[in-house]
Amino acid sequence: MTDVVCATKPSEGLIRIEQVWKRFGSTHVLRGAHINICRGETLVIIGESGCGKSVLLKHIIGLLRPDKGRVIFDHIEISATDETDLATVRRRFGMVFQLAALFDSMSVRENVAFGLYRHTNYSEDRISSIVTEKLRLVGLSGVESKMPSELSGGMRKRVGIARAIALDPEVILYDEPTTGLDPIMSDVINELILRVQRSQNTTSIVVTHDMKSAYKIGTRIAMLHKGKIIQVGTPEEIQNTTNPIVGQFIRGEARERIEESLA
Amino acid sequence: MNLWLTRLLRNAITAVTSLGSFARFVISTVDGVRAEPPQRRVIVPLMVEIGLKSVGVVLATGAFVGMVLAVQIYNQLHKMGAESTAGPIINLSIVSELGPVLAAIILAGRVGGAMAAELGTMKVTEQIDALRTLGADPVTYLVTPRFLSCLLLVPILTLYSDAIGVVGGYVMSVKFYAISEHYYWEQTRRFLEMWDVFVGIAKSLFFGGAIGLICCYKGFQAGQGAEGVGRATTNAFVAAFITILVSNFFMSLFFNTLYRVLHS
Ligand SMILES: Nc1ncnc2c1ncn2[C@@H]1O[C@H](COP(=O)(O)OP(=O)(O)O)[C@@H](O)[C@H]1O
Ligand SMILES: [Mg+2]
Repeated sequence: MTDVVCATKPSEGLIRIEQVWKRFGSTHVLRGAHINICRGETLVIIGESGCGKSVLLKHIIGLLRPDKGRVIFDHIEISATDETDLATVRRRFGMVFQLAALFDSMSVRENVAFGLYRHTNYSEDRISSIVTEKLRLVGLSGVESKMPSELSGGMRKRVGIARAIALDPEVILYDEPTTGLDPIMSDVINELILRVQRSQNTTSIVVTHDMKSAYKIGTRIAMLHKGKIIQVGTPEEIQNTTNPIVGQFIRGEARERIEESLA
Repeated sequence: MNLWLTRLLRNAITAVTSLGSFARFVISTVDGVRAEPPQRRVIVPLMVEIGLKSVGVVLATGAFVGMVLAVQIYNQLHKMGAESTAGPIINLSIVSELGPVLAAIILAGRVGGAMAAELGTMKVTEQIDALRTLGADPVTYLVTPRFLSCLLLVPILTLYSDAIGVVGGYVMSVKFYAISEHYYWEQTRRFLEMWDVFVGIAKSLFFGGAIGLICCYKGFQAGQGAEGVGRATTNAFVAAFITILVSNFFMSLFFNTLYRVLHS
């Protein structure tokens, strides 16, 4: 069981999201989101579609900057680091995008090797063997020369994971890794996240609205609602929640929402 | 009144900030040439895509521009009995005015539209974010090689278009309207100077750079979804088109004045 003491002692969080506010035009997406993430844990962030989960995730790796608040990773203030210096910090991160975001114009090998070419001086042979090893870890082999357009949705996601772990990052961010996949492929991805987690002892942050996946992979689960984290807890604590909004979300009840739209 | 003023002010602010962000984009693109010169394996396929695959459309445009100029100019001059001066007028228009402008407009549609759509798609499918997470600067990585390719290839394509335009004008004037071949070329040699060719190339260099920068910028600005990509592509083409026409006017004014100053 991973130690989650950092949740109560802010100084021990590997990643600290401190009172982050973000709006786009007149849409206020984050309104003081606040959470600490411990080294080695898998934090699952749940919340309804469009509530700002991806936006929150992108703040962690500096793709977006907060209007107010700070994001700190291992004593580095991500939210105040300029783009050039972020490139080096990002070497310690891997990000898996919702629709994989594979580079269309590159083969699977070039996609997975991209970060290796940018950040290392490894020989072609060494790069090839890392690519093969990471692809095998995600359960793919012999696809190196295929183009992304030739792959199925589940395969693209797995190549996206292979690309994210190519440099053995300390932190992996997953944006809806199981959305849009059939139940079996979803479970394959869940197992894969767990396997990557164990084999490299990484810290993972997984955004999802798939509760089955959240219970299976999460050390802790946090719910984002109206721009704030309204509850954080272990899967058991979330399952036994007394918070009505969290309860409604995890049970997938539409009652209140229908009333809202009828009002 | 108050509302109207507020709106005007807001539009002015938007215009200034977007000009600022375009200026930063241009600086990063040009700086990318120094910071990270494009690799051959990136730039060669781009040059093939932008250059080689545009030759056909550029030649077709050039030929018809030359021919229609000949039709128009011959018929005007014929009324005044001055057909023998058709050569320099047609060729001058092709080399320093219509040739560069029309080639640039065709390329803005063909190449610029494709670049805006490609980069717009990369934006909406988060490939641009993915580049950043993997330690690449998207402007340096994607825009700099496209900018350089346009800068180099638009003038070359324009020269192709000019060459076939000159042939088209000649065929119509001499073979179809039976202007004396000797006069046609002799007059052309007398009045067409290297300067005019230089002006044409200078213009097309500017157009090339502008197409690369504007179309990539609009691609990067794409909003969400397929609709966002479509809108970015249209915006790119319209912005490039207007920039070409307006800047051509000012460059013509500038180069003609410069010519007069240099020769007085
Ligand atoms: N770059 C952006 N520009 C403008 N609006 C954005 C941008 N990114 C996200 N949004 C808006 O922020 C809200 C939250 O989006 P998102 O984080 O993608 O939701 P989700 O929780 O489904 O991941 C949405 O209303 C979305 O339209
Ligand atoms: Mg999302």
